[in-house]
Amino acid sequence: MSRDAPDGLNPAMSAIKLRGFVKRFGAITAVDGLDLDVPYGTCVGLLGPNGAGKSTTMKALTAQVIADEGDLEVLGYRLPEDSKQARAQMGVVPQLDNLDVALTVEQNLLVFAHLYRVPKRERAAAIERALGIANLLDRRDSKVDELSGGMRRRLLIARGLLHRPRLILLDEPTVGLDPQVRQELWALIDRLRSEGVSILMSTHYIEEAERLCDTVTIMSHGKAVAVGPPRQLINEHAGPEAVEVYGPPARLTEIESLARARGWRTRRTGTSVAVLQSNGSAELDGNRRVTNLEDVFVLLTGEEIE
Amino acid sequence: MIATTRRLRRLEPAALRGVVVREVVNYSSFWRSSTFSSTVDPTIYLLAFGFGFGSLVSRVAGYPYIDFVGTGIVATTVLFSGAFTAMYGTFIKYSFQHTYDAILAAPVDTEELVTGEALWVAARTGVYGCVPMLVAVIFGLSPSWGMLLVPLIAGLAGMGWACFGIFIAARSSKIESFSYWQSGLLTPMFLVAGTFFPLTRLPEWAQILGNFNPLFHCVQLVRHVVFAQESVADLGHLAFLLGFALIGWRLAIRFMSAN
Repeated sequence: MSRDAPDGLNPAMSAIKLRGFVKRFGAITAVDGLDLDVPYGTCVGLLGPNGAGKSTTMKALTAQVIADEGDLEVLGYRLPEDSKQARAQMGVVPQLDNLDVALTVEQNLLVFAHLYRVPKRERAAAIERALGIANLLDRRDSKVDELSGGMRRRLLIARGLLHRPRLILLDEPTVGLDPQVRQELWALIDRLRSEGVSILMSTHYIEEAERLCDTVTIMSHGKAVAVGPPRQLINEHAGPEAVEVYGPPARLTEIESLARARGWRTRRTGTSVAVLQSNGSAELDGNRRVTNLEDVFVLLTGEEIE
Repeated sequence: MIATTRRLRRLEPAALRGVVVREVVNYSSFWRSSTFSSTVDPTIYLLAFGFGFGSLVSRVAGYPYIDFVGTGIVATTVLFSGAFTAMYGTFIKYSFQHTYDAILAAPVDTEELVTGEALWVAARTGVYGCVPMLVAVIFGLSPSWGMLLVPLIAGLAGMGWACFGIFIAARSSKIESFSYWQSGLLTPMFLVAGTFFPLTRLPEWAQILGNFNPLFHCVQLVRHVVFAQESVADLGHLAFLLGFALIGWRLAIRFMSAN
């Protein structure tokens, strides 16, 4: 799914390139030697359970976290020393809503048009364009605290696009939103990607990554445990098909020992056991379904909640 | 797309302007309450001391009391409008609203953020600083040409206090910690500044400490320009305020960057 790099850029270059990135907070190593690439024009997903190091990685890309070790490069600029240069050409959509709530939609965009240094003669057009992207043209005069959660998130995204960035960072872009709103944002993100913007998105919604991302990096305990296109990771780690077996707890434990004996992998999904890599074995009696990225995610990052 | 092949430097005017524009646009939504609290408080002190204390004494340190307190009150306004605005504003934007995360994700660095915010608070303080003095004019303080310099003095002192307020906010992990700074440092400084009574009546140690109080230097400068009593000593007062602003500025940047 790789696309051509924008004119004048070496296609071998990446919009984001991290090598051996390490960040410690006291005794805790939040990120432990991460390598990460976002080739120009692609959407890369950073997946992982809470505490895997996603947010720390996102913050390091704007130099709000300074690496203890490793080489970090964004849009060809070295971090942290040239971060300001990189930030001029990237848009950041934070996980926490940090809009100015006392201001109107349009005032929020005006402020960031200044902060992102959109030239004066282009400012009005940039604001119109952003209002259009966010579908908020008829809410321009509304105060932010009068907007719904979905509208605020769209405004947050539009704010990061005012200066036509070449790269956008989306930190958990749809967390806490209704499914309808989430799908609407997916359409928006997909449109940006089709316009050639490079995207790095952290998420723990696996469906989101599976739908939107060209490649995903699954993180666990500060390390990348798998990297690749979603379909390839699914085939590699989960196989083409899963058998979902339902039953009382004793039955589920029985299935798990059978699977272990056969060398198949399993995962508990609350009320059932999903058996992976069984290649359609007739020994199993259950619902057959297509494997998904969630299977891979649970296999690789463990089932225990920390 | 914005061409940024040009190498970005420190303290870029575009970044400072962006930070200030954000403040100005926000100010347009809360200027009434902000102006009220920054000017009404000192005006109440002015009236309370003017009528209360002024009925007991007619002259203080050679000035009619309304002249003495009407000029000294500028320093009180500087403290309220400079330090308190910067302390609470910075803490709220940093910890509660995460505004600084948003600004620092744009091509703005901590040095530019702190400088822009402090300059804006200083400019406001320069204007607010004059309000109680103008109220005092209604009550008998004679207008003078020297008053035109007061916004500049209040602005310079305001820059120092704004930076010091940002420094306090950067050092505080909870907003409750502000109580220590307010009761332990700011309140004594507010009283021992020569605003309401001259320092010469205090014990010697308090007079010596008073010389390290930027508010004292602000009071002295304001009185001297308003009553055309400038002397070489005023260069010392001015130098102290400049030094206070400069040290406060670097400290604020140092501690905000560490967060």
